[in-house]
Amino acid sequence: MGYVVKQENAVIAVAEASSAAANDSGVAAANALSSAAGRRRKLAWTPARAGVYAFLIVAALFFLLPLYVMLVTSVKPMEEIRLGTLFALPVNLTLEPWVQAWQSACTGLECDGIRGGFWNSVAIVVPSTILSIAIGAVNGYALSFWRPRGAGVLFAILMMGAFIPVQVMVYPLVRVLAAVDLFSSLPGIVLIHTIFGMPVMTLLFRNYYAALPMELFKAARIDGGGFWRIFLQLMLPMSTPVIVVAVIMQVTGIWNDFLLGLVFAGSEHLPMTVQLNNIINTTTGERLYNVNMAATILTSVVPLALYFISGRWFVRGIASGAVKG
Amino acid sequence: MSNVAIRNLQIELGGTKVIESLNLDVKAGEFVVLLGPSGCGKSTLLHSIAGLIDTTSGQIEIGGKDMTWADPKDRGIALVFQSYALYPTMNVENNMSFGLRISGTPKAEIARRVSRASDMLQLGPLLKRKPANLSGGQRQRVAIGRAIVREADVMLFDEPLSNLDAKLRTELRRELKQLHKQLGATMIYVTHDQVEAMTLAQRMAVMKGGVVQQFDTPANIYNEPANLFVATFLGSPGMNLFRGRLEQHGGRTLFRNEHLAVDVTHYPFRQPPVGTRECVLGVRPEDIDIGNTDGAEGILGATVSLVEAMGAHRVLWLDFHGTQIAGIVQDQQKIDSDKDISFSIRTKRLSLFDGASEQRL
Amino acid sequence: MTNAVIKKRAGVSIAAYIALIPMALTVLLAYLGTMLWTARVSVSSSRTFPNSDFVGASQYIRLFNNERWLLSLQNVAVYGVLFIAACLIIGFLLAVFIDQKVMAEGALRTIFLYPYAMSFVATGLIWQWILNPELGIQEVLRKLGFTEARFDWIVDQDMAIYTIVIATVWQASGLVMALMLSGLRGIDEELWKAARIDGIPRWRVYVSIVLPMLGPSVSTAFVLLFVMVVKVFDSVVAMTQGGPGTASEVPAKFIMDYLFGRANIGLASAASIVLLATVLAIVAPLYYVRTRRADKGM
Repeated sequence: MGYVVKQENAVIAVAEASSAAANDSGVAAANALSSAAGRRRKLAWTPARAGVYAFLIVAALFFLLPLYVMLVTSVKPMEEIRLGTLFALPVNLTLEPWVQAWQSACTGLECDGIRGGFWNSVAIVVPSTILSIAIGAVNGYALSFWRPRGAGVLFAILMMGAFIPVQVMVYPLVRVLAAVDLFSSLPGIVLIHTIFGMPVMTLLFRNYYAALPMELFKAARIDGGGFWRIFLQLMLPMSTPVIVVAVIMQVTGIWNDFLLGLVFAGSEHLPMTVQLNNIINTTTGERLYNVNMAATILTSVVPLALYFISGRWFVRGIASGAVKG
Repeated sequence: MSNVAIRNLQIELGGTKVIESLNLDVKAGEFVVLLGPSGCGKSTLLHSIAGLIDTTSGQIEIGGKDMTWADPKDRGIALVFQSYALYPTMNVENNMSFGLRISGTPKAEIARRVSRASDMLQLGPLLKRKPANLSGGQRQRVAIGRAIVREADVMLFDEPLSNLDAKLRTELRRELKQLHKQLGATMIYVTHDQVEAMTLAQRMAVMKGGVVQQFDTPANIYNEPANLFVATFLGSPGMNLFRGRLEQHGGRTLFRNEHLAVDVTHYPFRQPPVGTRECVLGVRPEDIDIGNTDGAEGILGATVSLVEAMGAHRVLWLDFHGTQIAGIVQDQQKIDSDKDISFSIRTKRLSLFDGASEQRL
Repeated sequence: MTNAVIKKRAGVSIAAYIALIPMALTVLLAYLGTMLWTARVSVSSSRTFPNSDFVGASQYIRLFNNERWLLSLQNVAVYGVLFIAACLIIGFLLAVFIDQKVMAEGALRTIFLYPYAMSFVATGLIWQWILNPELGIQEVLRKLGFTEARFDWIVDQDMAIYTIVIATVWQASGLVMALMLSGLRGIDEELWKAARIDGIPRWRVYVSIVLPMLGPSVSTAFVLLFVMVVKVFDSVVAMTQGGPGTASEVPAKFIMDYLFGRANIGLASAASIVLLATVLAIVAPLYYVRTRRADKGM
């Protein structure tokens, strides 16, 4: 932000960037100004500044290390992996591990690769996202504009519910779902994800709608709109930003889920994360590390791609979902 | 008490010249106001005096010393911000004393300065409160208090009253003037509000486009504006303007346009007028004599288009051959709209500006 | 759904009540209902299926005599302290340093936050591979010449839990950084200028002015991290499977194992209630403080 110059008083912001240098160097007179017309003044290089960059670079290396290892391992043949040179680049680059991971790795009894898990995850994520967002949006809308009696209390308990450890709820839910024959089924896992996603989604939409002017809503009511008409024709069309954030949060969260999928999805609908764990941690015989890493990358592709594409929206999701209470 | 001298100041930000070849001399202990519309560079100038913005070229002298490259904390200045900029997690007392504590001022001295500032601004009962629990006016006083405890020779104010409501503004304005008397510090004050400027300034600099248009006492600026911009910027309602020509007839100089003629022979021209030239005549509303035409230059006719009651006086808007001019009426005579009325122009305090350069003639 | 605008009190249409039925059901059945159910089971002698008898606190007593449970509590406590401290410190430092108007700020932010987009399972598996005693970092160090180097924590009874710390700190520090950064960016520019004029050195501004102002961001981060600690399951399953042996056992895994594997829902329910109580004990006061602060208009 500090680098863009706007014409109004925000010229001060750019000035701040250059004057920060004076602070850092500690000796204002030494801050030789090299600024020519139009060039942003360069910040002085001091030990402090070098330290900042050093820290950040080391940190960046630490954060990138696993990604690098993952990628490099996944394209090495097993002979090179057995050499124990974790960081070395592959000599004989091969995509065979990826092929294996996708279609012939063994997840327990079957050896059909992780592709089944991929499609299962898709089948779980899509309806869960749609349903949880739909309900969250209606909830948020009703809570911020209509405020029926008792809804506030329900909402407060819903918020507290977000903190309840899943283990408290797991077994009763299993019993209930089994009773209606939804246990170990796709609709069952979708329902579970909707239930567990409700607190965050409701909070997200409620906060968003609370920031919209109440006058808009009142004008619509005077115009004769009812609950659903106002929602579908006025509020929903205005909700694009929050829906984008919600989609990112839910797709990432549900795709990365492990525990709920493990318990509720049933062996025919196991999500990719569960299958990944099965491939890697339930192998007999030699572990094929390259296949394992390839499978791990495949499992992470969707959320990582979403992350890199969405950029700021992802951060917005963190900021809004994180504002609890 | 220090003077502030600015020489040939140039400030370029992002390729644009915000301030160009600016010269300003503020005497020690003076209260100077920088007045101008948004974007005229007054805040930039103030911040560069404070050392928050680096200059492209030129010198800034404070107290006779060259402070062009000095750190803000070494310049002997204090700054009161428009948004107060109080440290939110500290109470009033700590807000005021924080800077002093950092610089190692002895505790007794800190206590003395804080209590002096708090007495001047009636902050006593508020000392233990946090900014969130203060009203706007109280916060601004704390901000001023924080500036006072620095016992700086030069105090800078960046539109400090803009965020307050009208009543508070008039109150704090008076307090600031009092403060100046008590402290005797040099004060440089930025505002876009001409009433504030006129009431507070000993001298004021009217700025536009990074250039000082006129630097003089408020009275002089009001009575003898240096150019058209200054003339129209000050005064409410604004100066009435008439376009026309200066002509010489015999020994007399006349201002003429198709609707009026005014004898301006006794106008204090900077240079004796020669021949004819296009110019603009400026007449303040209070110099429009309505109804009363004794000893006036000439009687002119207009139609009343609007009457604005201001309480103590009334502003009369007249339609003079298509142009709206404003006049001020002190008495309570009944005046109806759309009625014809006669008026004349008092010539004692006119302003004439060159038609092309807009400078005062 | 019709546009039924049957006005009840204060003009709230009945459609609003109907629309909130899913939320009501969820709260009452899925949240409150299951909590009560689990609490009820925890005071019974249920094994594979729920019994309707009442055995008082005996499940709880048995629980706290269970070595594995006690170990899991110890582990999660150690893990929790290290994880939360490391994430808060690293996240804060990252945010502060990025805020110094560095070049490539966008790229850096992307790098620090991408691990949070990955699943805990993937994180556990990658770090399991990196910390592999024969082929991972230990081997790299040995090849570099440190022939006696040891980094086999992942198979070491005493050190296994620390490997989980490393992996999850890697994952979650970026989240803390993002939260702190948005807090930092919310600080008024003029505050920095006022501090400059007051002559306050930059580091001191961070310590005395910025950090206190970041209180809400810090507490939000703390709550999120705390919830992650209580929930830690995926990464343990993926990285160490609770091992070696039960060395890196955690409460969440203990409960899941006893619920499904060892078919002792009575004991598992008791453990769940203990977990719940711990969470509420920490979160409820924080929540209360926050709401009171909001009421006071801070």
